[in-house]
Amino acid sequence: MRTTRLLAAAGLAALTALLASGAALAAPTDKDDTSRSDAGTSFRTATEIEQGHRATASASTGDYLYWSFPADAGQRPTVKATVKLPESAAGRPDTRWRVDVYDGLRRRQPCMYGMQSRPADAAKVDLTCVLRPVRAWSDPWSNDPLPGTYYIRLTATGLKTADLGSPVTAEVEATSKDIGGSAAVDGTLAKPLVPGASVDTDDTADSGSRAALSTAEPEDGWASGWWTDRWLWTGAGGVLAALAGIGGYALTRGNGRPPSGA
Amino acid sequence: MITGKRFAAGFCALFAALSMGLSPTSAVADDEPDDGGSGPAPKVELLLDASGSMRARDIDGKSRMAAAKQAFNEVLDATPESVDLGIRTLGANYRGDDRKTGCKDTEQLYPVGPLDRADAKAAVATLAPTGWTPIGPALLKAADDLKGGEGSRRIVLISDGEDTCQPLDPCEVAREISAKGIDLTIDTLGLVPNTKMRAQLSCIAEATGGTYTSIRHTDELTDRVGQLVDRAADPVVRPVAVEGAASCAAAPELKPGVYTDRTGFGEHRWYRVDVEPGQELRASVSVAADRAVTNDYGVLMRAVTKHGREIVRGSEAGDGRTDAISTGLRYPKPEQDDDEAETEPVCLQVSHSYAPASGDAAATKGKPGLPVELAVDIVDAPDDASDVAAFGLGRGWWLLGALVLTGFVGGLVWGWVARWRVAVWRTS
Repeated sequence: MRTTRLLAAAGLAALTALLASGAALAAPTDKDDTSRSDAGTSFRTATEIEQGHRATASASTGDYLYWSFPADAGQRPTVKATVKLPESAAGRPDTRWRVDVYDGLRRRQPCMYGMQSRPADAAKVDLTCVLRPVRAWSDPWSNDPLPGTYYIRLTATGLKTADLGSPVTAEVEATSKDIGGSAAVDGTLAKPLVPGASVDTDDTADSGSRAALSTAEPEDGWASGWWTDRWLWTGAGGVLAALAGIGGYALTRGNGRPPSGA
Repeated sequence: MITGKRFAAGFCALFAALSMGLSPTSAVADDEPDDGGSGPAPKVELLLDASGSMRARDIDGKSRMAAAKQAFNEVLDATPESVDLGIRTLGANYRGDDRKTGCKDTEQLYPVGPLDRADAKAAVATLAPTGWTPIGPALLKAADDLKGGEGSRRIVLISDGEDTCQPLDPCEVAREISAKGIDLTIDTLGLVPNTKMRAQLSCIAEATGGTYTSIRHTDELTDRVGQLVDRAADPVVRPVAVEGAASCAAAPELKPGVYTDRTGFGEHRWYRVDVEPGQELRASVSVAADRAVTNDYGVLMRAVTKHGREIVRGSEAGDGRTDAISTGLRYPKPEQDDDEAETEPVCLQVSHSYAPASGDAAATKGKPGLPVELAVDIVDAPDDASDVAAFGLGRGWWLLGALVLTGFVGGLVWGWVARWRVAVWRTS
C-alpha cells in the first residue's frame, strides 16, 4: 500500500512539473519597440508590422491606411488603433473612424468585441477590435480565422468634402492572447494563409529582389501544428485513471495475501 | 502487489515517454528571398502647378510658389537613389488670355530618370507663377512621361486651384489613365484648398488609388511629398493585366500571381485556374470604387466546376465610404488514389454590386468599369480534420473526472475478478 501511495505522489509531482513547463513555454517573448512611420494604401502595399510593435503613420483624413501582421493558430489577436486629430478635424460627430481586419484571403474578419468604430468628436480616437481565436484548420466554406497574414485597414467614413485632407497621426498595434488548447482543432493547412506563398518560392531562384505580397511570419516561425496542451490534459487524465485503477484494485483485492485462516 | 507494481512501472515509463516527446518545437521557416536588391526603378513625376494664383502669399507668410520651391529642394535632397524622378509644370509659360493656348501649357522641367540633384534644383529655381491651370492635359502628358519600365509609377500633383480647362474633367482623365496604364498612382496635394478644389483633387486621387492631402504649411508639404516619394521607392508586386471572359468556357487561364482587370456594373467576369489533386486553390479579389458609387455594395466570387456546379463562394457586402470591397475563397482538392486523377479546371466567377451614383453619366455606359484585383495562389492541400479536436485529444476537468472514474471502476472490477479467481483456485 505504501509503495502505491509513493508512486502516486511521484506521478503527481511529475505532472505538475510538466504542466508548469508547458505554461512557461507558452509565455510571450518581449522585444524592444521599433516603429515604422508610414502605412500602405492598399492590400498590396500594406506595411508589415510585427505583433507587439507599435506602428505610427502620418496621413490625411480620407486616406485608407493598411498594415499587415502575422497571427498563428492558438492566438486571439487584438488590434488597437489610435488616431490623433488636429483641431481642424476634431469635433465632427458625423465622421466616424473605423478599423477593419481582413485575413490573408482578404476576407473581412468580424470583431468579437471592442469599439471598431467611433465618431471623431475628440482630439483622440481609440479603436479596438478583438478577433476570434485563430484556428489551425477550418472548412473551406467557413470564414474562421486561419494562421497567416492579417490586414488592418484604418479609415474615416461619413466624411464631408470640407474635412478631406487634414493631417492626422495614426498608431496601430496588434497583440494577441494565447488561447491554448481550447481552440486547438484537428487538421492543419499545408501553408499559412500568406498571400503570394506559392509565387515566392517559385521565383526565389531566378531573382532575389522581387517584391513579395507578404513576408509575414511570427518571430519564432509558424507553429508545426501538433503541439497543444490537450496532450497534457489527456496524458494527465490517463495517469490519474491509472492511479484510480490501482486504488480501486487495491481496495477490492485487499493486501495481496490470501485471507488467513479461510 | 506484483500486479500493482507492474502497473505503476508501466505508467511511469509511459509518462516519461510523454514528457520527453511532447516538448513543443517550432516549425522550420522557409527561406525568404532578400529584398532590396536592384529591381526595376520606380518612377515618380512631381507635377507642379505654376499658375498665376501661386503668387498668393498665404503659406507661412511666403508665397505658395516659394513654399513649393523650398519643399522641392528638400525633397530632392532626400530622394532615394533608386527612384527615377521627373518634374513637370503646368501653366508655367503662357501669360496670355487665350484659353486654347493656355490649356496646352505644360512643360517637362526635368525628365524622368536618374536624379542629378544640382540640375533638378537649378530647374526648379527658374519657376515663376504664370498662367492657367490645365490639370487634365498635364496628367495625360505626365502619364506619357512615365511610360515603359517595370517599376511602379506615381504622379504627385501639387495644385492650388481647380482645373480651368473644362470640359475635359481631370477626374475623368485620371480614370482613363488608370484604365490604360497599370499601377499608376496619382497623389494630389491641395495648397490652401477650397471645397470645390478638394472635391476635384480627391476625386483624381481616388480614381487611381492615391491619396489627397490639404496643405497649409511648408513643412507639411515637404513631409508629405517626401513620404510619397519614399512610398514609390518601396518594392511592390505589380499586377498583370488580364481580361476575364463572359463565360467559363472562354475564360483565360490564371497561374499563381496577382492580376488586374476591369469589370463594368452588372457584368460577370470569368477566369480559369487549373487545380491538381492534392492542391489547394486560394483566390482573393478586391473591387475598388474609383468613382462615385451608391452607399451599398457587395462582391461575389464563386468557384465553379466546368459542369457548372458551385464548389465554394466568397462574398462580402458593405456600406458607406470605401476604397474597395474584397473577398476570398479556398478550394482544397483532395488527393485521389485512382489513376484517372487529373487536373481540374476551376472557373472563378467575379461579380460586384456597386451601382453608379446618380448623375455619373459615363459610368452608366459600363466602360471602363471598376478596377478588379485578383490574387491567385496554389499550395499543397491541407491535412483534413478527422475530429473536431486536435488529434482527437481531450481537455478539461470533465475529461479528467471521466477518466478517473473509469479507471477506478476498472480497478474495482479487476480486483473483484482477482479475488474471485483466488477463491476458485483455493477451493479447487
